[in-house]
Amino acid sequence: MGCSVEGVVAALRSAAEVVTAHRDELVELDRVIGDADHGENLKRGFTALVSKLDLSEPPATPSAALKLAATTLISTVGGAAGPLYGTALLRAATSVGDAAELDAAGVAAALRAALDGVVARGKAEPGDKTMVDALTPAVAAAEAAAASGSTVAEVLSAAADAADEGAASTVPLVARKGRASYLGERSANHLDPGSRSTALLLRSFAESAGGGDR
Amino acid sequence: MKKIINDPATVVVDALHGMAAAHPDLLRVQTDPAVVVRADAAVHGKVAVISGGGSGHEPLHGGFVGMGMLDAACPGPVFTSPTPDQVQAAVTATDGGAGALLLVKNYTGDVLNFETAAELAAAEGTEVRTVLIDDDVAVKDSLYTAGRRGVGGTVLVEKIVGAAAQRGDDLDACEALARRVVAGVRSMGVALTACTVPHVGEPSFTLADDEMEIGIGIHGEPGRQRVPMEPADGIVRHLLDPILEDLPFVEGDRVLLFTNSMGGTPLVELYIAHGIAERLLAERGITVERRLVGPYITSLEMQGMSLTVLRLDDELVELWDAPVHTAALRWGV
Repeated sequence: MGCSVEGVVAALRSAAEVVTAHRDELVELDRVIGDADHGENLKRGFTALVSKLDLSEPPATPSAALKLAATTLISTVGGAAGPLYGTALLRAATSVGDAAELDAAGVAAALRAALDGVVARGKAEPGDKTMVDALTPAVAAAEAAAASGSTVAEVLSAAADAADEGAASTVPLVARKGRASYLGERSANHLDPGSRSTALLLRSFAESAGGGDR
Repeated sequence: MKKIINDPATVVVDALHGMAAAHPDLLRVQTDPAVVVRADAAVHGKVAVISGGGSGHEPLHGGFVGMGMLDAACPGPVFTSPTPDQVQAAVTATDGGAGALLLVKNYTGDVLNFETAAELAAAEGTEVRTVLIDDDVAVKDSLYTAGRRGVGGTVLVEKIVGAAAQRGDDLDACEALARRVVAGVRSMGVALTACTVPHVGEPSFTLADDEMEIGIGIHGEPGRQRVPMEPADGIVRHLLDPILEDLPFVEGDRVLLFTNSMGGTPLVELYIAHGIAERLLAERGITVERRLVGPYITSLEMQGMSLTVLRLDDELVELWDAPVHTAALRWGV
């Protein structure tokens, strides 16, 4: 079963709920090794996205929905997360093209495009203690699941599971990108807030697609 | 948290309205997206000098909008970079036909948002250049960090480049000058207390009464080293020694010394620190030719200070002395 534009919009609304529910947790993670704005910024961006979805004509295609999310996040989030998540969604929108419905392979390809966008914009590599540490294994897991004939929901669940593990793997790392890098060794033994929000977003997409939790 | 605010969510826009009311002769405030623009913008034929960054550092950047300094400032939420549409709006509002120079403090968020904005503005036909400011010697500049942060040197870059644009220098010259000032300026800061971001509601870190944090940035982020509190002499040495060793500044150099409060440190303490820094520089045979003392790039109500040293030559002295008329800096008019 594929994912229509309604499915993409539902996933974005689900992401907004999750970000709002975890706002304080993300602020606290960022307060310790950054500047305490990550949860607030994402909440502001996704709240603006929900307002746009409520007030304007519904997007016609999955690509249009992803593009609306991208431009809204770029113009409302600020910080590093705005351009990074915005670029991710913009690349995903481009990858989807004018398809009316996304199949499992299309979702995996969109995630791959999103990762490529984040890396191109932020220039982080795996191990730098950033959202790339969650997104990289998530994309690999999504591609493997899609190749073995999984549904969209199963692909997103596999991505979310891998992202959770990827986020957890940032705890011992010393940050080499972003504001936490100024702390040097003192950034170790903390969960990276960007990798955590990436895992939360993928989990919200999986649950919205009916994938449930593990 | 005790602050003179109505709502943590409206701190920036409420402050911008007050700022517009306080300085109607100097600046205009646009909201949605938020931009502080010089009152007489766009100035025909002049390079537009634009900066911006998170709020909470006042008077940086909006307080430096006006004749002889910035054409526009893009205020983000507290300690959060502005968004590309704010920067684009600033470029549009100040476009005098000579291009725009974006002065960006080197933080990942600011760089990514200004980079995105520069691409968008270029697509619309305005020539835009970007210069990153990265003067903080507390951060090791290596492959293993996001690079040095932009701190106190930002104020000096904005003043000097603003003066050059005001006298009619073209975009190439303004960009080259900005890079030259960045290359010759170094800073270091210390915190005695943390600060509280309004939407967070609690201090960003805690320091005991007998501790200080050396090498802090301007966002309430912790520094590199926590050490026991010392008298002013020791604190100033902690800041000045790494600055002088880094460039390095040597005997015979002419410099501007900028002694900055992080917001909560009163002028009486700042003058004590400034006097010590002047004495230490004199002992090394370094001549302080110009100075700036006060709260110009702050971190909300944080107690602490930073020192910035800029190597001067005749042209930089002339541009520093050139008339400026902004909310926070005013001379020669």
